[in-house]
Amino acid sequence: MASGIKDRVAILGMGCSRFGERWDMDASGLMVEAFLEAIEDAGIDVTQIDAAWLGVGLDTASIGPSGVPLSVALRLPNIPCTKVENYCASGTESFRGAVYAVASGACDIALAMGVEKLKDTGYGGLPARPRGAFPDATLANSTAPGQFAQIASAYGAKHGVKRDDLKRAIAHVSVKSHANGAKNPKAHLRKPITEEQAMNAPMIAEPLGLFDCCGVSDGAACVIVTTPEIARRLGKTDLVTVKALQVAASNGWEAEGSGWDGSYFHTTRIAAARAYKEAGITDPRKDISLTEVHDCFSITELVTMEDLGLSDEGRAVYDVMDGKFDADGAIPCQIDGGLKCFGHPIGASGIRMIYENYLQLLGRAGERQRATPPVNALSHNLGGFPNLNVCAVAIVGMN
Amino acid sequence: MASIIAFGGYVPRRRLQREAAVAALSWFNAGLSAHARGERAIAGWDEDTVTMAVEAARDCLPEDRRSVIRKLILASTSLPYADRQNAGIVKEALNLSDDVGALDVTGSQRAGTSALIAALESAAGGSEVLCLASERRKAKVASEAELTYGDAAAAILVGPGAGLAELVGHHSHTVDFADHFRASDRCLDYEWEGRWVRDEGYAKIMPTAIAEALAKFNVSADAIDRFIMAAPIRGIDKSVAKAAGIGADAVGDNLQDRLGTAGCAQPLILLAHALEKAAPSELLLVASFGQGCDVLLFRVTDAIGARAANMGVSGWLDRRKAEDSYIRHLHFTGALTLDGGMRAEADQRTPPSMLYRHRRSLLSLVGGRCTKTGTIQFPKSDISVAQNERAIGTQEEYPLAERRARIASFTADSLVYTPDPPGCYGLIEFEGGGRMTVDFTDVDPDTLEIGQPMRMMFRLKRHDVERGFKHYFWKAVPDYRAAT
Repeated sequence: MASGIKDRVAILGMGCSRFGERWDMDASGLMVEAFLEAIEDAGIDVTQIDAAWLGVGLDTASIGPSGVPLSVALRLPNIPCTKVENYCASGTESFRGAVYAVASGACDIALAMGVEKLKDTGYGGLPARPRGAFPDATLANSTAPGQFAQIASAYGAKHGVKRDDLKRAIAHVSVKSHANGAKNPKAHLRKPITEEQAMNAPMIAEPLGLFDCCGVSDGAACVIVTTPEIARRLGKTDLVTVKALQVAASNGWEAEGSGWDGSYFHTTRIAAARAYKEAGITDPRKDISLTEVHDCFSITELVTMEDLGLSDEGRAVYDVMDGKFDADGAIPCQIDGGLKCFGHPIGASGIRMIYENYLQLLGRAGERQRATPPVNALSHNLGGFPNLNVCAVAIVGMN
Repeated sequence: MASIIAFGGYVPRRRLQREAAVAALSWFNAGLSAHARGERAIAGWDEDTVTMAVEAARDCLPEDRRSVIRKLILASTSLPYADRQNAGIVKEALNLSDDVGALDVTGSQRAGTSALIAALESAAGGSEVLCLASERRKAKVASEAELTYGDAAAAILVGPGAGLAELVGHHSHTVDFADHFRASDRCLDYEWEGRWVRDEGYAKIMPTAIAEALAKFNVSADAIDRFIMAAPIRGIDKSVAKAAGIGADAVGDNLQDRLGTAGCAQPLILLAHALEKAAPSELLLVASFGQGCDVLLFRVTDAIGARAANMGVSGWLDRRKAEDSYIRHLHFTGALTLDGGMRAEADQRTPPSMLYRHRRSLLSLVGGRCTKTGTIQFPKSDISVAQNERAIGTQEEYPLAERRARIASFTADSLVYTPDPPGCYGLIEFEGGGRMTVDFTDVDPDTLEIGQPMRMMFRLKRHDVERGFKHYFWKAVPDYRAAT
C-alpha cells in the first residue's frame, strides 16, 4: 500500500479571480487575474515554474482544447502544460497533477489553474451539449438540477424525512451560504436571503427551487505548489501542506448494478475514507474543522455531510437545522459562500475551495475569518451525476 | 383456413376535448360546433405510428408467444419514415429474431384492411403474421378533420388453423375515387366536398362492394351479426349498413365520440374492439373505404371465451386523461412552434452507426445477465458491473422491456427542454434485478412517488428535426396493469 503524500507538498501561493458574470473578460483574462495574485503570493518568478496543469470542465464552451491556452495566457516559458477534464471535479484534478508532479520529485514548482467561462454560452444554467455517444442514447433527458434533485426523493424516503421538512433543511443550507457569500468581495452572489424566500422560489427541478441551485459563473483559481523544503528556502514560515488528496470515479455500479439506493454519493464515501487514511485522521468530526464541499445544489451539501462522516446517516437534516455547519457552527461549511454564492465556474471550483481553506488556515480570510483558524480543512469536489461521477477530496492543513 | 389468433390495440392517454378546440376556433369557423361532442385520442409528442404499433403488438402478444411471428406487416398512411422500413423498427422493439419478414403497407385509407388480407393470405399458406395498423394523421388547423381524426393502433395476429375467429372470405373492390389526396411531397390532405364524398363515394361504392362480397361468400346480409366500419362522417356506417341490407342492430360503436377515426387503422381497431365482446359463431363483417372497398367476413369460434386477458381497445380507452388545452394539441402535432429557448436548439444528431451497433440495447431494451454472479444490468457490458466479481465475457442477453419496475428516485425538471414540461425522470428498479435512470412519460408530476409501479414503453426519445431523424428508446410509464 502506497504511503501517500501527506506533508510532501506545500502550497506556495494561491490566487482567485472575482467570480460572477464577467462580461468584461474571457477565460484568458480570468486566468491572468488569478495567476497574478498567486505568483505574488508565492514570491517567485514565472521562470521558476516547472510544469502546469489546466482544469476545464467544458472546453468547447470555455477555452478550446489542450493546455496551450494556459501557456499562452500566462506566457509560460514553454514548460509542460496539460489540460485535464474530469467533470466538475476538473479543478481538483488539475491540482492533483501539480501536487503529484512535486511529490514525485519530477518538478520543484508546479502550477495548477482551473477556469471556466460559462457566461458566453447564452444559457442561464449549464449549457446543453450535443449527444452522440452510446451512453447518451440511454441517458434520461435531464439537467444537472434534475439529476441531483432525485437524491432528495430517495433520501427522504429512506430516512423518513417528509418532503417539506427536507425542503426547509436545504433552504437553511442556502440561507447560510448566502449569508457567508455576502461577506466575500470575490463572490458572485452577495445578497442574504431568508428561508421563506428559498422555500418559495420558482421550482427548477422538484424539490429544488432557484435558491437550491448554485451560481453559474465565470472565474479562475490558481495554485502554485512546491516541496516544504523549497518553500522554507523561499522564505515561507507558516506552511500549508497537502495532508491528503484522493479521487474516486464511479465504475457504473450506482447506475447499472444493484444495491445503491440513490440517497447518497458512493464515491464521496470512498474518497473520504481514503483521504482520512492518507491524512491519518480517525475522527473527522474532531480533526476537520472547516469544509468547502461541492454544493452544486443544496441537497448535495446536506447529503455530503453524511458521506464525509461529519453527520450520522439520516441526521444531516437535524445537524443542518441546528447550525452545525453555519459560519459560527462546529464545522463551518462554505464559509466563503460555496458554489452556491461564490459561484461555480466549473474548472475553477476545486481550486477555489482550496483557496478559501488556505486563506482560513493562514488567518487571511478577512471579514469571514474564523476566530480560531482551523487546523485541517477539507475540500470536496464532485463532478458528474449522482449515479455516475468523480469525487475528489483534498485535505490541507498547517505543517 | 386462416384465423385471427390474437388481437390487441393501443390508444394514447390524452384525449382532446373537442369542446375546448371548438371554443378556441369558433370565432373563425362557427360550423365546427357541429363537431363539439366527445373527445378524440391524441398521441403524445413522443409517440408516432411506430411506437403506437409497438404498443398494440405488445397488447396483442405477450413476450413468450412472439416467437410464432414469421412476418410483420405495418399499415399506415402516417408512417414516420418514407424510406426506412418502419415495420423493421417495430420488429426490433418487439425483440423478434432477425429471420422474420417485414412489410410496410400504405397509400390509402384501405391500407389497414389490405394489410390484413395480405396477412390472412400468408396465414392460409401456413405462416403466422402479425398485422399492425397505426395512424396519427395530420389535419389542417381548424378543419373538421382536426376534430374527427384520432390517433391509435391495432394489432391482429393471424395464422393457419382454428383461432378466435376464422376468415369466411375477403373481397376487394377498387376504383380511383379521390375523396381526398395527399401528394408525396405534402404533409396535409386536400379534401373534396363532403356531400359528394358521402353520396357518390361511401353510399354507392361500399354497398356495391359488400353485395359483391356477400354473393361471393354465399352469405346473406341479414345474417351479419356485427357490421364494422369507420365512420368519419357522422352516421355513415348506419347508412351503408342499411343500403347493404344489414340490420341496424349490427352496427356497433364506431368510437367516434371517444377516440375519433384513426384512418386506415380504424377498421382493425373496431374489429379488435368488437372481438372483445364477441360470442361464438357470430359473423363479423369488416368493410373499409379508400379508392374502393375491402370486405372481410369472420366467424367467431368457441375459443373466443378462453382468450388471454389483455388491455384491449377498451382497457386503453379507459386509461385516459382529458386534454383541455388546444394549444398543447397544436404544439404536439407541430402545427404551432412554441419558443423552447436555447435548450431546444441543442443539436440532436445521432450516429446511425452507433445506433446499429447498440440496437439490442436501444430498440429492444435487452440488458445483460452475468452467468457467473447472476447480476442483471443495463446495458450489457464486456465486464460485469457486479462489485464483488468483475467477471469478463460472462454476460448473456436479458430482456427488460416486459419487466415491471418501481421508482427508486424521481424529479420533475422544469429546466430541461421537453415539448411537454416538466421533464420527469428517475431511477427505476426492475423486478428480478436491473435498474436504469430513465425518462418517464404519461405521468402527472404531482403524483410521482417512491415505490410507484411502472412499466416500460417504446417511445420517441428525441427528434433531430434538422435531419429528419427520429431516435427511439424506452421510457417508464405508470403501470397501467398494476392492479392485475
